[in-house]
This record gives sequence, C-alpha cells and structure tokens, in this order.
Amino acid sequence: MSGTPSLMESLFQRTLDDLIKGLRLHTPTTTPSLSAFISKSLTEIRRELTSTTASTKSTALLKLLYLHSLHSISASFATFHVIELSSSPASKPLAYLAASLLFDSTTDVLLLLTNQLRKDLNSTITREVSLALNALSVIANQDLARDLTGDLFVLLNSSKVFLRKKAILCLIRVFDKYPDSVRVCFKRLVENLESRDEGVVSAVVGVFCEMAKVDPRAYLPLAPEFFRVLVESRNNWILIKVLKIFARLVPLEGRLGKKVVEPICEHLRRTGAKSLVFECVRTIFGCLSEYDVAVNVAMEKVREFLMDDDPNLRYLGLQALSTVAPKHLWAIQENKEFVIRALSDADVNIRFEALTLLMAMVCEDNVVEICRVLVTYALKSDPEFCNEILGSILSVCSKNYYEVVVDFDWYISLLGDMSRIVHCQKGEEIEDQLIDIGMRVRDVRSTLVRVSRQLLIDPALLGNPFVHRILCAAAWVSGEYVEFSKNPIELIEALLQPRTSLLPPLIRAVYIQSAFKVLAFCLHCFLFRKDVTFSFLLGSLSEEITTGSSDRLRNAPSGDSDGDGSYYPRSTLEETEYDIAGNGEAAGSSHVHTPLASSKSTKSTGDSIRHILNIVETTLGPLSGSNDVEILERVRNILGLVMMIKQEFLGTSSQEGDDNQGNNNNASKIINLMHEAFSEELGPVSISAQEKVPIPDGVVLKQDLEDLDLIYGDIKLPLSSSFSLVKRHSLENDSILTLENYRKDESETEGKPTALSEHRKRHGLYYLPLERKETSDDYPPANDPTVQDNINADTENLAKLTEQSLVFKKKANTKPRPVVVKLDDGDSRSILPKKQEPKDDLVSDAVRDVLRGNEAEPSSSSTAKEPDRASSKRGKEKALVDGSGDPLRIESSRSRDKSSRSKHHRQNKEKKDGSPETGKAKSSSRHGTRRSKNRAEGSANIAVQSPVIPDFLL
Amino acid sequence: MGIRFILMVNKQGQTRLAQYYEYMNLEERRALEGEIVRKCLARNEQQCSFVEHRTYKIVYRRYASLFFMVGVDNEENELAILEFIHLLVETMDRHFGNVCELDIMFHLEKAHFMLEEMVMNGCIVETSKANILSPIQLMDKASS
Repeated sequence: MSGTPSLMESLFQRTLDDLIKGLRLHTPTTTPSLSAFISKSLTEIRRELTSTTASTKSTALLKLLYLHSLHSISASFATFHVIELSSSPASKPLAYLAASLLFDSTTDVLLLLTNQLRKDLNSTITREVSLALNALSVIANQDLARDLTGDLFVLLNSSKVFLRKKAILCLIRVFDKYPDSVRVCFKRLVENLESRDEGVVSAVVGVFCEMAKVDPRAYLPLAPEFFRVLVESRNNWILIKVLKIFARLVPLEGRLGKKVVEPICEHLRRTGAKSLVFECVRTIFGCLSEYDVAVNVAMEKVREFLMDDDPNLRYLGLQALSTVAPKHLWAIQENKEFVIRALSDADVNIRFEALTLLMAMVCEDNVVEICRVLVTYALKSDPEFCNEILGSILSVCSKNYYEVVVDFDWYISLLGDMSRIVHCQKGEEIEDQLIDIGMRVRDVRSTLVRVSRQLLIDPALLGNPFVHRILCAAAWVSGEYVEFSKNPIELIEALLQPRTSLLPPLIRAVYIQSAFKVLAFCLHCFLFRKDVTFSFLLGSLSEEITTGSSDRLRNAPSGDSDGDGSYYPRSTLEETEYDIAGNGEAAGSSHVHTPLASSKSTKSTGDSIRHILNIVETTLGPLSGSNDVEILERVRNILGLVMMIKQEFLGTSSQEGDDNQGNNNNASKIINLMHEAFSEELGPVSISAQEKVPIPDGVVLKQDLEDLDLIYGDIKLPLSSSFSLVKRHSLENDSILTLENYRKDESETEGKPTALSEHRKRHGLYYLPLERKETSDDYPPANDPTVQDNINADTENLAKLTEQSLVFKKKANTKPRPVVVKLDDGDSRSILPKKQEPKDDLVSDAVRDVLRGNEAEPSSSSTAKEPDRASSKRGKEKALVDGSGDPLRIESSRSRDKSSRSKHHRQNKEKKDGSPETGKAKSSSRHGTRRSKNRAEGSANIAVQSPVIPDFLL
Repeated sequence: MGIRFILMVNKQGQTRLAQYYEYMNLEERRALEGEIVRKCLARNEQQCSFVEHRTYKIVYRRYASLFFMVGVDNEENELAILEFIHLLVETMDRHFGNVCELDIMFHLEKAHFMLEEMVMNGCIVETSKANILSPIQLMDKASS
C-alpha cells in the first residue's frame, strides 16, 4: 500500500471511543441499524488491519476486541494480524491480550507465535516476560507447551518474584497440555513451596490444589510440605487453598487426619476472616467429622453464621450443616429453630437449603410433625417453592418403600390434603404413590378408598388440570377396591358426573373402567349377597330418591354417618352380619326374620340397581360414538353389560320374584365371572421382572434390522386382519376413510420396502397395535408362559414375604405399622453404583515418577529432547537455555538431597528400587511406550507408597 | 480451576466485560451470560450473593449500577471470591477514581489488563493493588 492512504487512515480513523459512542446511538430498539452499524464498522476494521502503520492496526484490533467480547462478533479473520502486532513493542500488550481473548487451541496460526513467545519469555524487560506468561497461560496447546517448557523452567527460578509467581501458575495449563513437562518442572515447583514470599507459595499451592483434583493420591508424599504451610502460614488465601488440598488427601490416608485436625481447629479459633472460618468448617465437616472436638468447634462457628444478619453467611451456614447432616444428625436437631425459621427467609436459595436440611432429619418419630409444618409453609409460599416442598415430602416419605411412614392412614390423608393445595403440581407423583400404596399396603385400602371418594365427589377439582392425574389414581383405587366403599352408587355417580368431560381422554377411560368395576360389584352383591347389599343399597337409595340428583353429590358427606354401621370389609362380612343381627335376640329368631326383610329389600335394591343402570345408560350413551379409542372401548363394554342385565334380568323382575331365576340365568354367570376377575388382586411388579424372563431360543435381541424386507413381508397378513377387527366397530366415516388411506399407503409402500422406516414415522399412530398383533399372530407367543410363571412366582414370594415380615415396630402411641409389600430382590437394585476408578492420568503418573526420586529423569528427558530442538531454527538459543538450566537443576537437586528431611531418605531408598526400571524406560525412545510403562509403574507405586508416607509424617 | 469466568453486567443486563478462563464458543457464551444475568438480576438486596447455575456457582455483588459476577467451580470458597470481587472494585476505583460503567466500557483493555495481573488460569495471583496497577501505569506513561 502507498503511504498516503495509511496516513489518511491514521488521521481519520475512528477510535474506540467513536465506535462506542456510535454503538450507543444505535439502541437495541433500532436493531437493524445497530447491526448495520456493526457490519460497517467491521468492514472498516478489516481494512485498517491491513494497514502498514502499527498504531492504525492496533486501534483497529482494539475496536475488534470490543465488538468481539461485548457483541459476540467473531474475530477469527484477525488472528494473523494479532501475531504480526505481537512483535512491535508498543502494541505487544494489546496483541497478547487479543491472543488470549480470541485464540483457542484450534487456532491454526498459534504455532507462529512460538518464536515470539520464546523471545519474550527470555526478554530482559519484565513487562514483556509477564505479558508472554499471561498469554501462554491461556493459549498454550500441546505444541506450545512442549516447545516452551524449557523457558518456563528457567523462569521458575527467576529472581523476580513477580515473574516466578506467574510462571508457576502458567504450569497448570502446561502440565495439562503436555504431561511430560512435569518431569522437567516438578522439582522446582516443589522447591518454591519453601519460598519466603507469600505470593510464590500461594501460587504453588494454587497449582497443587488444581492438580490434586484429578488424582490426589499422587500428592500424598508432599503432605509434610503442605503441613508445614498449614502450620506456618498466616495468609488466608494460602490457607484456604491448603485446606482444600488436605480435604482431598485426608480421606486417602486416615492418619493424616489426626495430624491436621489440631492446626485446623487452631486456625478456626484464631482467625477473624469469615472465608477462612468457612473453609475450616467445610474441611472439618467434609473429612474430619469423626473428631468430635473439631466438630464442636465448627458447630459453634456455624451457629454464629446462622444467627448472622448477612444472608450470605446464613446460606453458607445451612450449606455446611447439610454436609455434616449424614454423620451428625444432632447438629441439625440442635439448630432446628434456625432451620425452620429459614423456611420463610426472603431468599429462595436459603429456603431451599433449609428444606433439604429439614428433609434430612426426617425419621419415623418426627415425620408427622415435620410434614405438618412443611404443609403449612407450602400453603403460605409462592407456587415454585410450594411445589418444591411437596416434592421433597413425597420423595422423602416414599423413600425405600415408605420406610419412615408408620401411620399410613395419616399419610394417605396427607396426600389427599396435598392435592387440594392450590399450587400443587405434583399430580404425577401423588398418582404413583396412591396406586403404589394401594397395591403394597393392604391395611390402608379402606382409608385410601375414603380419601379417593372425597376427591372424586368434589366437582371443583375436575376443573384443575394439575389434579387430573390424582383423580385418575383415585378413580382407579375406588374401582379396584370397591368392596371397601360405603356407597357404591354415589361412587358411580361421581365417576360419571358431567364435569368428567373436562378430563383428558385417557383418564376419562380410567373413570369409565372404574365405573364398570363398581357396577359389576353392585350387581354381584345384588344377585348373590342380598343379605349384605340391602344394608347399604337401601340406605343410600332412600336418600337418593328424596333428594334431587344434582344435590346428591353435595349431600354425600352426610351419608358417611349412616353408612358407618353397615359397612364392613368383604372378608369379614359374613360374620359381622350375624353379629349385628344376633346382637339383642337369639340367632334363630333373626333367621326367621330374614326372608321377610329380604323380600322387602329386594324390591328397593332392584330399584336402586335400575337407577344405577339408568344413570350409566344416560351418561355413557352419548359417548358410544367417541373418537377416542380407549373411551370408546370401555363405553361399549359397560353399555353391553347394562343392556344384557336389563334384558335378561330386570325386565322380568317386576313380574316374578327373581330369587330363583337370578342364580340360574346367563347374566348372573357372567357377573360372577367378572366379579372374580376383578377381585383378583393386582400386585406390585419388580423392576427387574423383565430381566428374569429367559430369552427364548432363536431370538436375537439387539440384532441389526437389515432384514427388514423379510419382516415386512410377514407384516402384511396380520395387518389386514387387525384392520378388519377395527372395522367391526361402527366408526364414523372420516375415520374409516383415514384407515382406508392407510391401507392404500400400505399397498403403495409394498413396492418399495426401503421407505418403511419413513412410513412408520408418518403412521406411527397405527403401528403399535399392529406390531403387537404381529407378535401374537406370527411368532409363537414366546414370552407369555414364562412371564406368567414369573408373576406367579412373584406373587407367591409376595405372600410369603407379607407373612414373614409381620413384625410390628413398637411405637409409643400409634398403631402397628401395616405391612408394606416389598419384592424380595428389591425393586430398584438393578442400578449398581459404578465404582469410580481413579483416572489414568498422565500428569499424576509423571508426578509419581518425579516424587519417587529419579532425579536423573528430568535432565535425561530434556537432553533427549535436545536434538530435535537443536535441529530447529531456534536451536542455538535453546541450547543456551538448557546449558544454563542443566547444571542449576542438578545442583539444586543435590542440595535438596543433602537436606536432612526424612522424606529424602525415603526418596533415596526408593530411587534404588526404581532405578533399573527408569533405566529401561529411558532406553525406549518412543514416547508412547514410555508413557504406558510409566503408567504401569505408577499404579504399582500406589501400593508401595501408601504404607510408607505416615512414617515420616507422624 | 477455581475461577471459570468473570462478568461485569449493568442493570439493564448488558455485558460490559467478559473474561473466560475455559474455552467456550460465542454461542455458548451468549447463552450462558443470558441465563446468569436473568437469574442474578431478579434477586434483591436481602438475598444472598450465591446462585447455582449448571455446574457453576455464581458469586456476584452489585456496586451501584454494575453487577460483578464470578463463576466458580463448586468447591471454591464463596467468601474468598466475594473478597476478590471487592479487591477488583477497589483496584479499579484506585485507577479510574470512583469507577463507573463508562470507565470500563471506554477502557475495556485496561480492565482486562488488571484482571490478567490478578488472575491466571483461574487462580488469584496478585492481591496488592500497587502491583496490579504498576504495569498499567507504565503503559499509560508510555502512551502519553
């Protein structure tokens, strides 16, 4: 470029200030003009970057940096210019800043910076070295780390503390990117721990704190050094980091805990700095919780935190409590008031912490109390927290098969109360638990039915979509355990009330199915157990006839009291009936009266049955044309039953007494069958049940579906049969049309089976029944018999278990805990916690090698590297550095050997053991083999090392 | 590493400075900043200064119209980070004289230089204000 334009440019170039002002003029509301302005500026910047004047370039870069970091503009086009600028002293700071902000490890021009970085690292100007270190700590990739390790090594001994600190911290990244550098630099890094300058120590401790996160075991041999820092240092930053290191080391070596607990308590008592106090508390709670003295001191501090006005301290106090909770429950119990008070704190985070804590202290004795408190808080708080409370109550109470719940009647009523809380969105969980408890806890079913009834008869609840799932469970429970119901007629009315149209189809189907079960139950009672039925049917009917049907639901609660006496669970019905009858008079006389009473009652029960049938018919009749398959099917079933009953049974009842006829005719047989089917108990199924099913011969699961064509041919036949099956129902025209289309599609795709997957996607709706059909038709019903066996075995086990575990826990004031059915193998055992294996980490392997005392290794590895370096352009420079570096290194290591620390004796001892192996490692020149060998050594090393450490420690 | 990123955000939620100590592309950064800003700005004075977000813990503090947010990993000492934020603000105060949003906007590179002197690889390297500021003052002298 000629001189003129660049002069013009530098004169009239927009500065950063101009750019910012321009950006501020274009407010976000005028978005198009803002983006236009940015893109215009970008074009300018691109042009200016190619300028020959360094100042123009750096201004452009400055502007670009601004746009990049605050407006997320990609600046990848400028990377080369950054490298250009890094050589000019004036713009060096900016260039390095830009490098650290713009570059990442994939930036291709990164290697071009190597030479410049090396030059600056060896510069006499402190500022340049520092800038280079800053940049290197951010951008170093494997190549840079490898090439510059030697230069960093020199800086680790720099007389300027300022640079030494930075060089030390730079190692974090260099070690990470190029693990072999550990062999060169580690020794010097450790030496810096003894520096008198706090900044340097702080930096070294910071590096170890980072490195110990990966594999703390490798750093156990350094424990004495850290211990010295812990005792001697008075700098809070350093102490916090050292505490973090010990928090990782102590769990690995028990005796270390005994050693450090005293100094930590000392710091805790002495210091006024809250950050250090908190770190000590956290360390004690985290890994020294078996030392009671320490825990007591820490608890004192935590209590101060909890009482503080500062929300930060309160939050941290609660957090500390929750870490210690599993081991020292008393700690929370002592501070119960604080925790409960924190439930109404202004800060959500504090409330959450308090909630977790409170849930941690739940046990059999206090669960009722705590839940009561929590539900009161839930009523008062905002929707989000309310649901959080409810969620944690649900999860804690259901943990481990409702371990903490003794009084299930209470728990069921609690679930009922919860579903009435306005903000409650935990429908799914409550639904699961209602059904689960119903299946597992036999004794609580009557309460369950009572609570369900209260939910079902409330028309208001139907309007709240969050409750629908709960209602679904309530409907299912009432249908399944209808024999506990006091008033089946009311139940049917509730299940079929008009507002059920607000329910989603699937839940409505459950409602209808439940109504079906209740109806079957009523009919069965009517036909076969007249002595029983009349008591409740009559009672409810007389009420119903007098009151209007709309009032019936509202009056229902009052029906509770008259129902009470006449209701008994099915199993005890026969006996109690006699008890009641024979209460005052002789048993014989009651028998005399029975025929009379029943003849009177059958008429009224006949009426009530007719009443039920009418309700069912009128409410469900319109649904027989429903679009939803689930509803349609169930409605058809129940209507079919109603029709049959009406024709065969009730039609004749007015003319003759049905006593004789009823038992013989067809309908009663069917009713009997149905009743038997419905009263068969459903039990919980183990999650692992599926695994127990043996895979039949010849079935290969996880097979590649390459032979889809073959299967496709098989599908054809069952498809048509399933289709005809659907057609039998009188569907509306449009749905038939879609099915017809579907068939057409099917025949079309027949020609090109590759389109099958696509087709499946489009018509996924139709596929499920189809495939099911396929398995049952074409293939032998492979798993069926075994599954059946399994279920039987399960239920047998279940029964055995329930008998065996009839051990009642003695409680002071409550009734014995009902049996909760569990499956013998544990429902959720299938998920085994994966044992975390220590990461196979190159850095820690290298560290281990160095710590084992093979001083020869670092120099040898650097000399091994020297040839490649010498061959490169910058060889001369490099050799110089290494030359000055090597003697120093050996000298320093020797002087350390002389120092009378017991550690070094050990190291020397180990050196002897290790030397043949390291020699071998040296001889293999390839990096890969060496690494793998080292890794093996490292793992063997753990075993050797761990018993040795404490000897010099204690 | 202890500190993962440092953000300075004004009351309107606009980022005024963003320094990351681990690599994230621009999209991720923008999303992360948005989420954090939304979370933190919704909180009031009576609430504590710690927010958990994704795998980070955000320690933040408000000075006048500017939020200083530091993302740390879960083990970092929150109170120490609060002290660090305070140190950062004091340092900027000393340099700019009652620092405000505009100072940071118009001298973004200086703010970055200060951070570079204070934090390396997510570790705090320098806590003396004089030491932090001396290279920047040198630079100012050279340019003027």
